[in-house]
This record gives sequence, C-alpha cells and structure tokens, in this order.
Amino acid sequence: MNTAPDNMIPQSVDYIRLLPEIVLTIFGMIVMVVDPLLDERRSQRTLGTIALVGSLAALGATLFQAQYPGLGFWNMIQVDAFSVFFHFLVAAVTAVVVLTSYEYMEVQDIRAGEYYGLLLFGAVGMSLMSSAVELVLIFIALEISSISTYILAGFRRRAAISSEASVKYFLLGSFATAFFLYGVALMFGATGSTSIHVIADVLRSPQVPVLAYAGVALMFVGLGFKVAAAPFHIWTPDVYEGAPSPVVGFMSTAPKAAVFAVLLRIMFEAHAPGRIWLIWVVAALSMTLGNIGALVQDNVKRLLAYSSIAHAGYLLMAFAALPGNGIPAAMFYTASYAAMNVGAFAVVSHFGSAGERYVTLEDYSGLGRRSPLLAATLTIFLLSLIGIPITGGFFAKFYVFSAALQANLVGLVIIGVLNSAVASYYYLRVIVVMYMREPKGEISVSPIPAGLGTALAISLVATIYMGVLPGRLLDYAARSVNELLH
Amino acid sequence: MSALDSWILTLVTFVPLAGGILLLVLPRRDRDIRIFALVVSLLDFVLSLHLPVYFHRAQAGFQYELNQAWIPNPNIHYHMGVDGVSMWLVVLTTFLTPLCVLISWKSIQDRVKEFFILLLVLEAALIGVFNALDLFLFYFFWEATLIPMALLIGMYGHGRRVYAAVKFFLYTMIASMFMLAAILWLYAKTGTFDFVSIQAAIRGGQLQSFVSAAPWLFLGFFVAFAVKVPLFPFHTWLPDAHVEAPTAGSVLLAGVLLKMGTYGMFRFNLGLFPEQSRSNAWWIVILALIGIIYGALVAMVQPNLKKLIAYSSISHLGFVVLGIFTFTQAGLDGATFVMLAHGVSTGALFMLAGIIYERRHTYEIAEFGGLATPMPVYATFFSFIVLASVGLPLLNGFIGEFLVLSGAFRDRAVYGVLGATGVIWSACYLLWMYQRVFFGKVKHEVNNTLPDLSGREQAALWPAAVVALVMGVAPLLWLNAIDPAAQAALAPFMQMASKVVGR
Repeated sequence: MNTAPDNMIPQSVDYIRLLPEIVLTIFGMIVMVVDPLLDERRSQRTLGTIALVGSLAALGATLFQAQYPGLGFWNMIQVDAFSVFFHFLVAAVTAVVVLTSYEYMEVQDIRAGEYYGLLLFGAVGMSLMSSAVELVLIFIALEISSISTYILAGFRRRAAISSEASVKYFLLGSFATAFFLYGVALMFGATGSTSIHVIADVLRSPQVPVLAYAGVALMFVGLGFKVAAAPFHIWTPDVYEGAPSPVVGFMSTAPKAAVFAVLLRIMFEAHAPGRIWLIWVVAALSMTLGNIGALVQDNVKRLLAYSSIAHAGYLLMAFAALPGNGIPAAMFYTASYAAMNVGAFAVVSHFGSAGERYVTLEDYSGLGRRSPLLAATLTIFLLSLIGIPITGGFFAKFYVFSAALQANLVGLVIIGVLNSAVASYYYLRVIVVMYMREPKGEISVSPIPAGLGTALAISLVATIYMGVLPGRLLDYAARSVNELLH
Repeated sequence: MSALDSWILTLVTFVPLAGGILLLVLPRRDRDIRIFALVVSLLDFVLSLHLPVYFHRAQAGFQYELNQAWIPNPNIHYHMGVDGVSMWLVVLTTFLTPLCVLISWKSIQDRVKEFFILLLVLEAALIGVFNALDLFLFYFFWEATLIPMALLIGMYGHGRRVYAAVKFFLYTMIASMFMLAAILWLYAKTGTFDFVSIQAAIRGGQLQSFVSAAPWLFLGFFVAFAVKVPLFPFHTWLPDAHVEAPTAGSVLLAGVLLKMGTYGMFRFNLGLFPEQSRSNAWWIVILALIGIIYGALVAMVQPNLKKLIAYSSISHLGFVVLGIFTFTQAGLDGATFVMLAHGVSTGALFMLAGIIYERRHTYEIAEFGGLATPMPVYATFFSFIVLASVGLPLLNGFIGEFLVLSGAFRDRAVYGVLGATGVIWSACYLLWMYQRVFFGKVKHEVNNTLPDLSGREQAALWPAAVVALVMGVAPLLWLNAIDPAAQAALAPFMQMASKVVGR
C-alpha cells in the first residue's frame, strides 16, 4: 500500500487537499506583513478583519476540498469526510474567536499583529492534524499548533500570571510532546512504518508486537496532555486562569478537537491495541478529578478549566466504545463542546473588562440584573455544559453514554452519570450567583459590541441547533466513519 | 379527527411559551406586562377547555394524539396525547396559572418582566410533562420545569431563598438522573422512546433481559417520582421550597409540580412495570402511610402558616400514592381525584397565605388571631377552602379521599384504617390553625386595620372556590373521563390476579 513515491512532483490535486492550510498560512503572513505598515493604535481592527476573512476563506476552502477526497502528498494526508469535519470545526472556532478578540484587544491594549498571526498559524497546525495520516507529519502539525498556543497563552504581558501560564504550558507541553515522539519511534520500531494505514495492516494481524502497546501508551500520554485528560491535567487550571480569555476559548476547543481527531485516527483507524482499559481508566479519572476540582473553585476561569478536564473525560468514553458508535459520538461531542465553551469564554472575556479584573464568582453576582442578555446567554451555555435537553450538550452526552452502553461499559457509564450529577452543582452555582445574589459593588457592564454579539449569536445558534436537530450532524459523522474504517 | 383535535395539545403547550418569548421583547412597563401575562394565561385556559369538552369519555387510550418523527437518531418522536388522567392535569395547570398571575399582581414589584416570563415558561413545561408520550420528550419537559421553578424561588422568594432553590434543584435533578438511566436502557433495548411502543414491547415479552433489569428500571423511575411527590423520606426539600417561594411559585409547586410525581407513578411505574409495582407495593404503601401520618403530625405543630400547608401537602399526596398502589379501580380514581382536588384547594390555601403575607409580611400563626373581625370576606373564603381541604362532604376533598380509602380497605383493611386517621389529623391541624388565626379577640393592634380582600384578590379566589364546590357536588363530570384511563391502567393487574386464581 505504501509505496515509495514514484513521482516527486506534487499534483495540483495535492494542493487542493492542503488548501485550507495554505489559505490560513497566506492570511497569517498577510497579517504579519501588514502589521508594521499600520498605525499601532488603529491596526487592531484591520488586522482582526484580515484574520476573520482568512478563517472564513479557510471555511470555504474546506467546503471546496470536500469534493476531492483522497490521499495527497505521497499518502501523508488524507481528505475524507472525517478530516473535513474537523477542518470546518477549527476554522469556525477560529472565526468566532477572532470576533471575540476584536473588543478584547482594544480593552486590554494588546498588539494585534502577532496575536492574529499566531491564531491563524495555530489553526494551520490543527487543521493539518486532522488530515495527516502519517505519524511524523502529525507530530509536526501538533508542534505548529502547540507552539502557537504556548505564545498565545502569554499575551497578557502586563499580568505576571499570564507569563507564568505561558512558561508552564511550554515546559510541560514540550515534555508531553517528547512522550508522543517517543511513542512514534516505538511504533515505528514495532511496525516498520509511520503511516497509519500500514500500521493498521500490521496491527490487524493476530500477533501484535509488544512494542506497539508501549508505543500506543506513550503516544496517548502525549495526546492526553494536550486534551487535559487526567492524570496529565495539572497544568490546565493555571494556564486557563492566566491566559487571555478569548485564547482560552480557543485552546480549550480547537486544538482539543484536533487532538481528538488524531486520537480517533490512532485508536480506531490504526487499530491500536489495549485501547479499552487505557481509556477506561483515564476517562474515569478525568471526569472525577475534573468535577471534584471544579466544585471548590471561586474563579470562573478556573472553574471552566476543571470543567474542561471533566468534559475530556466524558469525551474519552466514546473512545472505549465500538468504532461504529464511538467515532460519531466523539465527533458530535467535540463540535457541541466547542460551540458552548467558546461561547462561555466569550462572555467571560467581555465581562472581565480591562486587565481581566472581574473573574471571580463574586463579581458575577447580580449579573442577571446588570446585563440580562449576557446573563441569559451564559445561562444557556452553562445549561448545555450540564447537559440539559434541547442543548447540544445533552445530545453530546447522550450519544457518548449510549455508545459506551452498547459496548457494555456499564461501570464507566455509571461513573459518567454520577459525575454529570455532581457537575450540575457547580455550573448551577454560577447561575445562582448571577440571578439570586445582589450585585456587590459597582461593576458596570459595557454594552455588547457587534463583533462579540455576532460571536455569541453563532455559538448560541450552534448550541441550540445541535440540541434541537442533532440528526444531520450525527448522520454526517456516521458517514465519515465508513470512510475511516473502509 | 379534525386538524384542531390533533394540534390542540401542541397549541395548549406552546401558547404560554410563545407568550413568554413575546414578553422578552415587550418594553418594561410593568402594568402592560401583567395584563399581557393574564391574557395569555386566560387564552391558554380557554384553549385547554377544548380538551374536556370534546373528550370521548367512555373511550380508553390516548386522545388528541399527534405523532411525528422529530430526530432520526436517537429515534425521537414528537408524540403528544392525553388520557382521562393527564387531560385533567393539563386543565388544572391552565386553570391555576391565571390565578397565579392575579395573585402576583402587586406582590411582585421588582423584575416584573422576568417573573412573568418564568411563570409562562413554567406553565408550558408543566403542560408538556402531562402531554408527552415520548419518553425523551417527557424527560425534556420534566427537566425543563426545574429551571424556571428554581429561578422563581431563588429570585423572588423570601429569606433563605437561594438555599431553598438550590436544594430543590439538586434534589430533583439528581433523582431524575436515575430516571434518565432507565429511559436510556429502555431505548437501548427497544430502539424507541415511544411510550406506547415500549409498553407493547414489554407486555408482549419481547425484550431481552427485561426480567432481570425490570426491578432496577422500576426503581429508576420510582426514585425520580418519589422525590417529586415527595414521598417520605425524600420530602425535606419541600417545606424549604414552599416557605421561601413567592406565592405564585407555591401555588404551582403544590398545585401542579408535585402531581408530576404521582402522574409519573401512574403512567410509567404502573404502565410499564405492573409486576414490579405489585411486588414493591408493600413498602411503597407503608411509606405513603408514614407520609400521611407524619406529614399531618408535623403540620400540627408548625408555627408557620405556609409550612403548615406544605406539610399538609405531604400528607395529602400520601393519599394519592396510597390510592395508586392499591391497584383498585376506586383507589386509582380516587388518587386522580385527590390530585385535582388538592391542586385546587391547596393552591387556594397558598393564595390565601400569600394575601395575608402581603399585608403583614409574616407567616407566623402567633402573629394573627381574631382576623375574622377585620377581614370577614377573607375569613369566609379561608373557612370554605379549609373545609374543602379537610374533606367535608359535598366539597372536593371528600370524594377523592373517600375513594382512596375504600380502595385501601379493599386491598388490606389495615391500610384503610391507618389512612383514615390521616383524615382525622387533617381536620385537627387545619381547624385548629383556623381557630388560632381567625377566632377570638384581635391580639395584635396592627391586625385591627388590615384591609379586607380587594376585587383582584377575590377574582383569584372565586374560581377556586366555585370549582371546589362543583367538584364536590358533581364529581362524575371528572370521574367519567378518569375511569376508563384507570381501568386501562389496571388491565394487566386483573390478568395477574386471574393468573393467580387460575393456578
């Protein structure tokens, strides 16, 4: 299957199969080139618009690319319904985050050039991750995405806590990447290839090399770190607390989705051995530690950080299920989690105002009175995170749990259900504080600017759409499974 | 069947929701908002009257059905329909909501718009619970009632309102997780959420491993409903929620929300798991009896008027559970009738308590005394409703409790005897409370100048009083629709009984 490339010159269709990445890179470079030409004070809006156009162009490129499925660049990347799904998700999240950042850049007085550039370059890595079917390329994509997010985490330069977040994220992240690379090396040793398809052929045989088990475990450590799954989650609360809020909205959804795409390819497409128990333990740990940690948080960003650990746990349950149910469930979960979490962080970033002063639960008291619209929006996102019906969060949990049930993972489902019950408490706390406590002190909420309003509207519509009519998205995800498992 | 017949339930359910959404965009002119909410809730009441008027009373099974595919995976249908029991619960909801609007006219002055939005959304969700015949849809409406109710308590309640709201939410939310698990199990085995199909599959014995799972499924549903009823010992959230809730919240909480639990037991526990209901009935009946007596005894010693009514609800709802789990025609008919009667009379009691709270800002019984002198009209209404609640013949409380007790006697005499003491207790605590509040001399000077009922307050109380009387005089109007539904629910039990006899 994997033959030495007989023709070293890429075909034009190869470029189509890489089109979204190319588009994002070009727009990233435009941002960098235009930045010094503009007046520093006024550049933010222009650069933001360029980034927005870039991410929308990437969306278009993804849709165009969908008509040309197949392998490209000597079997290193593969365009299929699966990769298109994640490309679309990453580009959409990027667009929403750019819209959120419009206001944030001005309020926090942040230089916009590098920021938007890095956002787009990060999206390149994430897109590439979901279409790469070759472990070394996956590693490179992972690094592109990680390095961008390391820097983005430190963008609140006046806040020491932000630099701390950046350095911490960088050090621990590099460590985790090394694990991943080591796993790739072992996998290569075990199977003689780094191509997922070839590995799949080897691992499908009755005798699986022992080295492959170690390879999968080490790769899983590296990827588990990126999705903040316990026990590799320690960095999450500190980094989320320190990083700029729109960036947290970005890095808690888009890179996570991309890493989950990689995990899906490794776990299912490559038939990774020893999958179920590895996942079982990590999923149970993430849900439990995440939710317990969130119970005692007074800082909304930290609360959402722990919640994202727990959600990684719910999502991982799908990886222990059978591929036919598990993959669509996981894909649906990433999409719905992206919608609600990006939305929640958009509210957090608007409300935080200059220097992100207002991020504790106490600051949120009486928000229902001071800004009914903002409070109602956040309430819907929180209800979706709890998993109340007719929000995307409900069906996400529903599909994952039922996929796990069909794989007879009753114990894991029970842990999951108990965890969602516990989780409802801390999400509810935020709602209670917003509506049932009197405002403390004078915190004025500035009116919602157009960009942020659009971002909120998109996330809101997506969250509710997935809750009322989840059928189409799930059908699409289910179709992509057939291609993935051919 | 006309188009209206198949869409009427949808209309009744979503008119309040549409009203709530319209309120969102209305300007914050409090008076207009109140009038708008009143008009919407009255309109919904009028619409819902279509149900009993055109209901085929002799006919068992669901009517006004609408079954449309909604989501292909999971296989969810938009399936609405009512039988004699749920139809009356829908009408009870639409009947109480306009009264709630009237009673909140003056007492809600802050965040008026949000209040009426929440009230209308709550109404829509409550109606949906009784109409839904798809388990998923049912679960959705069930959960959807939680949020507006918790917000009503938490935003507009008294003193420890946040504590009460959170406790209410968590209790019921965690309990309904078990129900969700049971629903998902059923879905995994049958591939459908449709109540009718699942029931048919269970009765046909087509489900794999159903026999071993059924006890757990039964419990899964039962726990969710028992917390909602609330059945002793799951009742501790109720007094807190009631005492802190605003009047309209209490009226809907006692009048309708609690009935979601007993309705669920009737529809799902009896409907899907007849054998498990039968084998678990002994301890459920004991809990119900404990609830009847314990609720009454605790009510007796309450110094707080609202808490007294709250505990009396626990006692009355015990009758409902007792009636359901006697598996007799009389018991089920009576249980349904108690649900309706309790909704009307306890709703009215909470309104009366709210009226005096508006004047004195306290619920302490000791603060009152001799109120009959300054407030004769109020005292008259109060005595009428108290008598209805006590179970005076010719008023609504009597019929239901009588039927339940006769069913209980037929099941096992000791159940009937113990249950009957509950009637005596309720006479004791209600009449004693009435005496302390209204008779004797006015003890506190402020009470001398209390204004009597206003026209608006009377407008809220008259309908409840009239209905209480009509229900007592002409119960057949209600019972002839309830009877076939109860009979249908009991059919599997008759088969079981004949099997035992035949052996």
